[in-house]
Amino acid sequence: MNATPAPSDTAQSDAVETTGSAQTEAGLTPARLHAQGVTIGYDQRAICEDLSVEVPDGRFTVIVGPNACGKSTLLRALSRLLRPRRGRVVLDGRDIHGYPAKEVARRLGLLAQSSTAPEGISVADLVARGRFPHQKLIRQWSAHDEAAVLEAMEATGVTDLSGRLVDTLSGGQRQRVWLAMVLAQQTSIMLLDEPTTFLDIAHQVEVLELCVRLNREQRATMVAVLHDLNHACRYADHLIAMKAGRIVAQGDPREIVTAELVEEVFGLRCRIIDDPETHTPLIIPRSGIVTAPRTATTIHG
Amino acid sequence: MKALTRRQDGAPRVDFGHRVMVLRPSAAVSVRLSVRTTVVCAILLLLTLVVGVLALGTGEFSLPPDQVVRALTGQESGWARLVVVEWRLPRVVLALLIGSALGLSGAVFQSLMRNPLGSPDVIGFNTGAYTGVLVATAYVGHDYAQTSVGALVGGLLTAAVVYLLAYRQGVQGFRLIIVGIAVSAVLGSVNQWFIIKADLQTAYAAALWGQGSLNDLSWDQVPPVAYAVGALSLLLVAMGPSLRLLELGDDAASALGVRREPVRLAYLAVGVALTAVATAAAGPISFVALAAPQIAARLTRAPGIALVPSAVTGALLLLVGDFLAVRLFAPTQLPVGVVTVSLGGAYFAWLLARNTRGRK
Amino acid sequence: MRARVSDRPPRAVKAQRSAGTTGIAASDARRAGWLLACVALLAVACLLSIAVGTRTIGVHTTWDAFAHYTGTDEQTIVRELRVPRLVLGLLTGVALGVCGALIQAVTRNPLADTQILGVNAGAALFVVFAVGVLGLTSIWSYVWFAFAGVAVAMVAVYALGSIGRGGATPVRLTLAGVALGAVMDGLSAGIRLVRPRAFDYLRFWDVGTLGGRPMSIALAVAPFIGVGLLLALTVARSLNAVAMGDDIARSLGADITRTRVLAVLAVMLLAGASTAAVGPIGFVGLMVPHAVRWLVGPDQRWILAFTVVCAPVLMLSADVIGRLVIRPAELQAGIVTAFVGAPVLIWMVRRSNVSAL
Repeated sequence: MNATPAPSDTAQSDAVETTGSAQTEAGLTPARLHAQGVTIGYDQRAICEDLSVEVPDGRFTVIVGPNACGKSTLLRALSRLLRPRRGRVVLDGRDIHGYPAKEVARRLGLLAQSSTAPEGISVADLVARGRFPHQKLIRQWSAHDEAAVLEAMEATGVTDLSGRLVDTLSGGQRQRVWLAMVLAQQTSIMLLDEPTTFLDIAHQVEVLELCVRLNREQRATMVAVLHDLNHACRYADHLIAMKAGRIVAQGDPREIVTAELVEEVFGLRCRIIDDPETHTPLIIPRSGIVTAPRTATTIHG
Repeated sequence: MKALTRRQDGAPRVDFGHRVMVLRPSAAVSVRLSVRTTVVCAILLLLTLVVGVLALGTGEFSLPPDQVVRALTGQESGWARLVVVEWRLPRVVLALLIGSALGLSGAVFQSLMRNPLGSPDVIGFNTGAYTGVLVATAYVGHDYAQTSVGALVGGLLTAAVVYLLAYRQGVQGFRLIIVGIAVSAVLGSVNQWFIIKADLQTAYAAALWGQGSLNDLSWDQVPPVAYAVGALSLLLVAMGPSLRLLELGDDAASALGVRREPVRLAYLAVGVALTAVATAAAGPISFVALAAPQIAARLTRAPGIALVPSAVTGALLLLVGDFLAVRLFAPTQLPVGVVTVSLGGAYFAWLLARNTRGRK
Repeated sequence: MRARVSDRPPRAVKAQRSAGTTGIAASDARRAGWLLACVALLAVACLLSIAVGTRTIGVHTTWDAFAHYTGTDEQTIVRELRVPRLVLGLLTGVALGVCGALIQAVTRNPLADTQILGVNAGAALFVVFAVGVLGLTSIWSYVWFAFAGVAVAMVAVYALGSIGRGGATPVRLTLAGVALGAVMDGLSAGIRLVRPRAFDYLRFWDVGTLGGRPMSIALAVAPFIGVGLLLALTVARSLNAVAMGDDIARSLGADITRTRVLAVLAVMLLAGASTAAVGPIGFVGLMVPHAVRWLVGPDQRWILAFTVVCAPVLMLSADVIGRLVIRPAELQAGIVTAFVGAPVLIWMVRRSNVSAL
């Protein structure tokens, strides 16, 4: 939490350039996690067809797109929850389905959307379950496990809740606990499926800032599926915009997010302005009802 | 690894909200135990021992506890030894083995189905076993071996049919339950038909078996049951904590490196096998599998369903049930299932009324 | 919120199993069409129930039996045997089906049926007591014991389920039903095995049947079933709200306690009356509402409407098939229902993708 200093912004944008160009050229240093021409879907229905995507190392990637565009499906394929019908997902140079399950779980963590906490479980107990991929039959609670759990709780700010029952926590607290469980897994790649859904604005920001901090401090590669485009622009350093199972654009949000792109992907007419806080793109939807700016009196009144 | 250095100053340990015991005899071996769970298990074991000695000492020939203990440790010979070791001990040993098998299988099923009503009954095991026994009784004969084999074949066959009918790109818990209910409804009808068609004596014998009973068991039955329960328990230990991870949801379990479908099938198979052993040995003793994990969970206040406490609770439950079944209406011996159901049910109801854990 | 309907429930919100699936017939017009088809099916089942048996009877004879009664054998069969059987099948079919739908809605458990609230166990225990301990032997003397058993069991289950804080939550009701049901089952099994004579009588009572009951039985239980159905209809709307979870139900203005008490009362009347009349017939109450829910989605009003029509179809066709398969003897309806219903249920669960209620 209070360890390594955040790398400077310039270093970050340098990294953007390298990985960005490596994506299509294929060769130089391929990203640790990438999908090659995958077709994925449920039952007979294909959601994405022949999709290739790279997850740039050490970056906070956010996947956005309208509902049912296949963003969660892509994330599930990247985390090997879904086996692609064609193509393959490659992790560290090998097909992700070629690894033993625990081996993947030591390299790649996933904050799943549909998890349930067993009733009566305490926060620390739940976070400790994230240590499973590192445990053996006779080594179930090593000093290292304990340290990892402590560190994960510290990083997500749930140390004070440690002994509380998960059932009694608020939505935001609970989300941080699940994030802590994924952190305790100590993977260098973390995939988050809609980590902010059903949280209030303050908790959304809190969780996202936490993600960015983890990304910077632990140099973790993070991928999140988000609904809120403004949050995505603000926190991501690599944005992947999807529509109908295809990738429409990807890159630094400051470079790729334009009014045209938003209209193409979401079908929303908007203006893009500069976020005064972070100087990232801020999307202001155009209103169909109120066209002229209101007068000053209305605002003050 | 800042936390590691902090720990060496004797600084914060993880607060689990309950007291834990950490044993780390070497770098390669470490376990974490909940103090409460351990204490509860120890108390239950102690109670089991006391009830066991009591059960060995009472009956047609009463023996004081110290004589029972002497007989067990081989310091007694002749009559007392014959009564305690040869006559009564096998029954107690079988009660413990079968009880723990039922407790374990109940725990496995409730955890897999994430439903307090989950049990091997859900996938039709007991109904199928009953059908097997009725068929055996009607067409082959009804001595112990024949009914055991009938139960085993009927139960396993039913479980397999249910699994196959529910299989469609993997087996999903809910579909399994529905198919299980449908198949057991059909077999239940077959059973009813057998019972009204059969002559009274056959029907009565089958009904007696259907309640589950430890009567007429001897040392002959102990080794097969002991080996089977032992081997299956070892298998559960070897499968490690993946059952607890499945409780977090399918996606989370997979993300943590649990191979979902094979693991689930393996647990189903072990759960069914445990019930099969118990049923073949003593008939379908009801309610132990259902109540033991729930009672254990409330006593230990551990999250989810735990295997070891469920096994210990199951053993104690069946032992007490059998003790009462034999003594309550002596010389008439009730089938133990009648007692476990009443006893377990009543205790369960009482727990529910006290609402100890505020489970909703 | 609307946009999220298709998303899986996140862990922040407890999954409400009953909301979210729409079923095969998604629009009201299609539902109405299906309902008409089911009504037609019911009419066919009624006709078959009159016509089929050891002696086949035509529509004419049936009409004449009422319009121009002359006292022929066939007309007497219709009036004395077939019609009471049909009426009883209709009444108890509706009662058991609605009963199952109510229990599933109140306990929010798709696996719930009369068994789960200890209904059958209560009825059986009282009948066993009547036969085994009091020594009654005529079926007509213990009909009312069955009714009383159901009533006592339901009251006890509800009382146990609602003690303590939180009141009668679905899970507590279910657990209370299972626990008390198990105790009562244990007791009745004990009595039966100690008294073999009771055992012999009861193995026949255990198998529910529509046959051999005079019209007076149907008429005696009809008022109870009528009142039960009325109660069920009045709570259907609030059950929709209750299905969404206690909090949402409260915010929608539903009186949860009142809804539960009324629903349990309705179950008591319906299950008590039908168990008293025809014995414990299982599976109808479990299977019909379940299958119907896949067809029409989670709206309790549609579920009840379809259940009212489809449950007697299952009951009557089971009865008719029972008369046919081992002619001239008969298989009891209680045995046949599972054979008719189970394949349908398995087929439906295999082809549908719904994962929960």
